Amino acid sequence: MNASFPLPSQASAADPFKPSRRSVVGGLGALVLGVALPQGARAQNAAAGIKPGTRVSAFLEIRPDSTVLFRSPFIEGGQGVFTAMAQIVGEELDVEPTRFVIEGAPPGPDYLLLGGARFTGGSMSVRKSYDTMRRLGASARSMLMQAAATQWKVPVATLSTEPGRVLHKASGRSLAYGALAKAAAALPVPTQVSLRASADFRWIGKSVPRLDVRDKATGKTQYAIDLKVEGMVHAAVQHGSRLGLDPAAIANEAEVRAMPGVQSIHRLPGAVAVVATSWWRARRAVEALQVTWAASPSASVRVMPADFSSEAHRAALAAATGEGIAAETAGDVAASLTGARTVVEATYDAPYLAHGQLEPPSAIARFNADGRLELWLPNQAPEMFQADAAKVAGLTPDKVILHSPVLGGFFGRHFLYQAAAPYTQAILLAKAVGRPVKVIWSREEEFLRDALRPLSVARFKAGLDADGLPVALQAVAIGEGPVGRWFGRAADKADDSAVEGIAGKPYAIPHRRIAQLPVDDPAIIGFWRSVGHSMNDYFYETFFDEMADAGKQDPFALRLRLLGDSPRHKTLLQAVGDLSGGWRRGPFSAADGSRRARGVAMASPFGSEVATIAEVSLNGGDIVVHDVWVAIDPGSIVNPAVIEAQVQSAVALGLSSALFEEVVYENGVPRARNYDSYPILPPDRMPKVHVRIVESGAPMGGIGEPGLPGVPPAVANAVAALTGKRIRSLPLSKTDLKGMAG
Amino acid sequence: MELTINGTKHRVDVEPDTPLLWVLRDELGLTGTKYGCGVAQCGACTVMIDGQATRSCVTPVESVTGAAITTIEAVEADPVGRKVVEAWVAHQVPQCGYCQSGQVMAATALLKQMPQPSDADISGAMLNLCRCGTYNAIAAAVRDAARS
Ligand code: FES
Ligand code: FES
Repeated sequence: MNASFPLPSQASAADPFKPSRRSVVGGLGALVLGVALPQGARAQNAAAGIKPGTRVSAFLEIRPDSTVLFRSPFIEGGQGVFTAMAQIVGEELDVEPTRFVIEGAPPGPDYLLLGGARFTGGSMSVRKSYDTMRRLGASARSMLMQAAATQWKVPVATLSTEPGRVLHKASGRSLAYGALAKAAAALPVPTQVSLRASADFRWIGKSVPRLDVRDKATGKTQYAIDLKVEGMVHAAVQHGSRLGLDPAAIANEAEVRAMPGVQSIHRLPGAVAVVATSWWRARRAVEALQVTWAASPSASVRVMPADFSSEAHRAALAAATGEGIAAETAGDVAASLTGARTVVEATYDAPYLAHGQLEPPSAIARFNADGRLELWLPNQAPEMFQADAAKVAGLTPDKVILHSPVLGGFFGRHFLYQAAAPYTQAILLAKAVGRPVKVIWSREEEFLRDALRPLSVARFKAGLDADGLPVALQAVAIGEGPVGRWFGRAADKADDSAVEGIAGKPYAIPHRRIAQLPVDDPAIIGFWRSVGHSMNDYFYETFFDEMADAGKQDPFALRLRLLGDSPRHKTLLQAVGDLSGGWRRGPFSAADGSRRARGVAMASPFGSEVATIAEVSLNGGDIVVHDVWVAIDPGSIVNPAVIEAQVQSAVALGLSSALFEEVVYENGVPRARNYDSYPILPPDRMPKVHVRIVESGAPMGGIGEPGLPGVPPAVANAVAALTGKRIRSLPLSKTDLKGMAG
Repeated sequence: MELTINGTKHRVDVEPDTPLLWVLRDELGLTGTKYGCGVAQCGACTVMIDGQATRSCVTPVESVTGAAITTIEAVEADPVGRKVVEAWVAHQVPQCGYCQSGQVMAATALLKQMPQPSDADISGAMLNLCRCGTYNAIAAAVRDAARS
């Protein structure tokens, strides 16, 4: 075996329970005979270096009943990726998607499908692995056919398959995959396979029902927070209010130790912890601790300044001077601005955001008798967590077994961010108490330690010609992006995650300069669904309407005109116009007597194209969003129902951020510690969502995030059309609209 | 302390003010009921107490010793609950799924009390948060379950 990672079968063997294997077929555990390469072949593969996505045995286990266990390189968090994997692999393997049981794959070189790395994010899972997964399914099918050919002593070319069976039509014989699995496993993986013609697809491209829905509707799905291991104790933590503080003194340690169920009290980097017989007892005790905090001596901890406030940071970004590092240039923007008939200028900002995924973070750590560390934790990047956990435990990564359960929402929450997850605490506590420990963060601790969508400011300046058409656009995104923070930033290169959504727009404006002015962010920043697009498309598309208004153009017509060179975008914009019953900006009177208006926006996130229209009215000072129409072109598709669900979900999150969400820091501390002070979209603010999927045939784009970025600008543009008030700062609810027309 | 959960009596030895949620999850292993906020904001912890949708994270266990407690684990034992689950599956409601135990319990409690709710009744009763934004599918599933 490869020394650098635990093979899946071994990791599972060490499991006292198999949370993600509780399956749609149930009760077959004891009979499972996997398709597994013999030891010798494993060693050879390791020696030869493993090419990710090729070793059938690492991904597929065909069981005696012909159900298929698939180890997914990508983690399910509601985006439907497990079902997509079953559709794609099943299509080529010739197994119905409903016959799959899917679990998150353990760390290992087989699963590094994103340029030698692996994570679930960037709306990449399906589009980046589509071909590999098809070949994997086809390879396994070919091995099963070869095994049948050998058994029946007939040429493999005379065989065919139907779902779950190999057939020899000439003799009328057939064998279930399950009966052939063992023999197939001993065969080499074919180097060449032929793939199904897309015209013959039965499951790819269809609204195949999701595999996980019934379990989720009946409470059977187990998330990290639900797991339990033999002999485990529970821990809760209280963090220092700011990063960079360590516990110095505890005033009432003896009293707290006497509280019910309390077993021990611990000082950890940046936190105190209580280990107890139940989490509630641990929590109650840890929150009773009276702790004095002092500056951490550790140089590796990022320090949150005691005087930090988000408002001061916003002001500092707005005051930052300089042209920034160009991310996109065309023509001569300076000359064109000088010669312009009209110049339009505006500065926009968007706040820090919390992820607010409904499952609070947790982690279980257990040191096994063989010296290995076993971990269960929500994550979207197993190898990265494995490597970091190994460092914390003082082990090599191959001594860390990591389980990646399905996620109770993620939206970018579960990447590896400094100090933003409890596994470090679980490891230290398990070591200290000599037993498995499960740490859960209360919602309040989660709000304290979440990695935030960065706060950002964008400055725009545009020049219009005599006809009111934009000819020059200059934009600077001010702040720091999460890619630069966590993966390094070149001094002379703009961070894509800071400018995407301002750069990369499809409009034919001949003179352009889009830049990033980097300013370090004192907070722990992270990826938040649609990353830079989550705010940058709001900045750009709203400013676009300002250009249109200044040039006395209709914003929809001006977009169409500036998309003249791009049939794909033009088609999409027209599609959303049609879907909404024909573009009309308003204000107009609706059937219920309310005055309403519409706004439009376009976005090009994660390889997909999206056009969005929103219709709003005002109720008192509150913005009511009635309908959102979304036309999305992901190039080609795997599951239309999942796409529609993802658009619904992205609209909800986009609207939530546009209307309500804002993490406010004062004195180095976030003001909101729960949903009561950080409101997220409630059910009665959810608009109707209408989705049209346009398949242009372009390379496959992402699905999880693209529906989001168009929503804030479409809503803000609609509000401006309704009230005449241009809101340049999110969330919109900060602006008092009481008494406005509407 | 004695509790009646899903028709079965359980003895638990906990502090009387422990929230029912943590008794269910940690003492009895009934992890279908979820912890989301702990302060009656999200509804992930919704169970039925004598048929009423109740947020178990703020329900002291001592207050429900004589009551009939129903959790998501028993939802399909109830004919209305079964209808709700089928509607949830038909509408493919869950995404991450974490809020859905609470949503299903809230819907079941609503339809048990009011078999034919109006849209206003539905929005008045279905108040639980869903960060995945499954609200439209939830409303459609509740309407459907009421019809079936
Ligand atoms: S956990 Fe009870 S309402 Fe949120
Ligand atoms: S389905 Fe994810 S929170 Fe509701």
